[in-house]
Amino acid sequence: MIPELGHYALVLALALGLVQAAVPVVGARTRDGALMRLANSTALMQFAFVALSFGALTACYVTSDFSVATVFENSHSQMPLIYKITSVWGNHEGSMLLWVLILSLFGALVAAFGVNLPGTLKAYVLAIQSWIACAFYLFILLTSNPFLRLPQAPFEGRDLNPILQDVGLAVHPPLLYLGYVGFSIAFSFAVAALIEGRIDAAWARWVRPWTLAAWMCLTVGIAMGSYWAYYELGWGGFWFWDPVENASLMPWLAGTALLHSAVVMEKRNALKVWTILLAILTFSLSLIGTFLVRSGVLTSVHTFASDPTRGVFILAILVLFIGGSLTLFAWRAPLLKQGGLFAPVSREGALVLNNLFLTTACLTVFVGTLYPLALEALSGAKISVGAPFFNLTFAPLFIPLMFAMPFGPLLAWKRGDLPGVAQRLMAAFAVAVVGVAATFAAQGGSGVLAPFGIGLALFVMGGALTDLAERTGLLRVPLRTAAARAAGLPRSAWGTAVAHFGLALTLAGIVSVSTWASERIIALKPAQSVSLAGYDLSFDGVVQRSGPNYRELAAKFTVRSGGVVIGTMEPSKRTFASRGMTTTEAALMTRGFSQLYLSLGDVEKDGSVAMRLYFKPLILLIWLGAVVMMLGGALSLSDRRLRVGAPKPAAKTALQPAE
Amino acid sequence: MRRIAAIVLLIALIAPGVTLAVTPDEMLKDPAQEARARHLSQELRCMVCQNQSIDDSEAPLAHDLRVLVRQRIEAGDSDKQVLDFLVARYGEFVLLKPPVELHTLLLWGLPPLVLLGGVIALFVLARRRATVGLAPAALSADEQRKLATLVESGPD
Repeated sequence: MIPELGHYALVLALALGLVQAAVPVVGARTRDGALMRLANSTALMQFAFVALSFGALTACYVTSDFSVATVFENSHSQMPLIYKITSVWGNHEGSMLLWVLILSLFGALVAAFGVNLPGTLKAYVLAIQSWIACAFYLFILLTSNPFLRLPQAPFEGRDLNPILQDVGLAVHPPLLYLGYVGFSIAFSFAVAALIEGRIDAAWARWVRPWTLAAWMCLTVGIAMGSYWAYYELGWGGFWFWDPVENASLMPWLAGTALLHSAVVMEKRNALKVWTILLAILTFSLSLIGTFLVRSGVLTSVHTFASDPTRGVFILAILVLFIGGSLTLFAWRAPLLKQGGLFAPVSREGALVLNNLFLTTACLTVFVGTLYPLALEALSGAKISVGAPFFNLTFAPLFIPLMFAMPFGPLLAWKRGDLPGVAQRLMAAFAVAVVGVAATFAAQGGSGVLAPFGIGLALFVMGGALTDLAERTGLLRVPLRTAAARAAGLPRSAWGTAVAHFGLALTLAGIVSVSTWASERIIALKPAQSVSLAGYDLSFDGVVQRSGPNYRELAAKFTVRSGGVVIGTMEPSKRTFASRGMTTTEAALMTRGFSQLYLSLGDVEKDGSVAMRLYFKPLILLIWLGAVVMMLGGALSLSDRRLRVGAPKPAAKTALQPAE
Repeated sequence: MRRIAAIVLLIALIAPGVTLAVTPDEMLKDPAQEARARHLSQELRCMVCQNQSIDDSEAPLAHDLRVLVRQRIEAGDSDKQVLDFLVARYGEFVLLKPPVELHTLLLWGLPPLVLLGGVIALFVLARRRATVGLAPAALSADEQRKLATLVESGPD
């Protein structure tokens, strides 16, 4: 009964969606307030019904109702409760239901909180949001029904993929989807603006908080996925340039560009057409990501279960929304009036530079990901594009971008003073030069890339601090005045500095790990020991254990630093009987921001083991940086201007320090 | 998450027991040669996997290729000779960084072209703006009409 209720609720959501896709548009055309306001109720009800549907599916998983096909395929009665819940979206059908749940959530949020939106704009936005929702409701109902019953209920489920039985599955996909789907709001606003043929600075102020929220979720979602892969896969890598990772990186790059161009639009009423285009492209890339992963076009193991009907359906959605919105853009964008002129050297100019590099970086990832597919389809030639390609093409784009980063926030709007800004960045530059020299000396003069990378990270960090110091007048005015100014500084200024600082942390982590990580691959007998990066690890032997739904073989290690025992590590291998699969569970020991990483290989009969041991210096900075970036976003989001949707006119000029 | 799902499947399909990618017995005695082998392995694709280098992959084929790379290095091949040998045997598909050729021209050329095009476009726009100056745009016909009606109606 419960699965049928869930299925029916989804059908009702589709029905409401169809109403919401049409009626508000008619209302906006005929200026009928009642018809336009209908979208508010349908958006809320859509969310309620999708939530009911999702709740029903969750109930099926929690109660282990194996008469439902997806539950049978992906769950097991002995699994801990948290994995029973997370396995709802650990498969194709359930993850698509999560996708529409979040989509309808965003629609409901616009309906509930978009109180000060102009009536017609809101009506169009909710209608477009509903077009997207309807396409995906249909996709689920026609090709990927998660509520499908089996004729005879099996006694036990097939269990969730063991590697997915991890808290990572509870965090990573929902955050990633919040990011992906959150960009749909920016898309809907852009299409609505094109339909209306009208756009102003207020538009950017309404779009920015949604984009910012989506971007924050995507940032942390990608970082959590990276950390999960790092500890779960057992070879210590944190980014693989896999097409599926690229699928999430592309919307992030475009979304980051969008955030920055929306600032220009909001403050200076410039870059309107470009911002609209970016809003369309960002969500299009989210859709392309969904297509890449869900259609089987990657001809990979990723999508072994997807049949072509799904691929064709998603491709149709893709063509409809991307093609449709870009056609609309080509037709209507010339109507939008350009405003806000600026000199090349100005805050606007810096943000344009940022956009140029971010979109080129995004294009690089796009070409690298899709080129092999296109080439094979067109000429039959098979080539591979992997990490070495991306490292060579992507990194050079980020170097100038990050070098320019400290300059941007210090430049004045309209016309900036580059020599003046450079002068104010002298302290940051000096710190960076000292960092380069120290790093160069510390690694014995071999290689210049790493010292340069560390120097760049220090420069960006110093630049972020300089920005704050300049705005508060620190070191120039009495401390109390500076503190008062700091408290009065717009939160978005803090957000910028914090987010830029976070990116520099990530860069420092990446440089450090890719240059100074140590690795040992070695066969060990019990009581033997091995040293790695100043740590001595002695192998104490192998133990057998059993968990709730697996058996585990663990190697015990005692870790010493300078002769003192600092802890034990137990890398293991788990065997899951239900699927006959084995997973490696790496052991991690955190030392400051660095980690010791042990991964267990083959175990011989005599008790000797093949081991991979790593020391990953400063690796935690990579993900910590992402979290700091998200905090920066949160600070910016809490800015009064964005919360209220209107500037605080009088106080604002008084608080802005002279530039 | 899907990356992990892929690995799960890879392991399930290809390697029944989990082993390490590079195992201790594969490694060369000479650290310099082994370092070269590791470096080369990262540039070579495990053909039965998705976008994994033979250095990362646990598949038996990747193991065979790693051993092959090490044999060539021990036989005195240069890095380029090793790569050429593998390309001759398995085709370009084995290289994770495709060479610049006619059919990969767009792959390598597009990003720098777009960057260059963007820079030129911005430069041209800035020049055009400089000549136009920062003078406000003239009123459109619609705005003229609005202004006229406003003036006529006067303040009230």
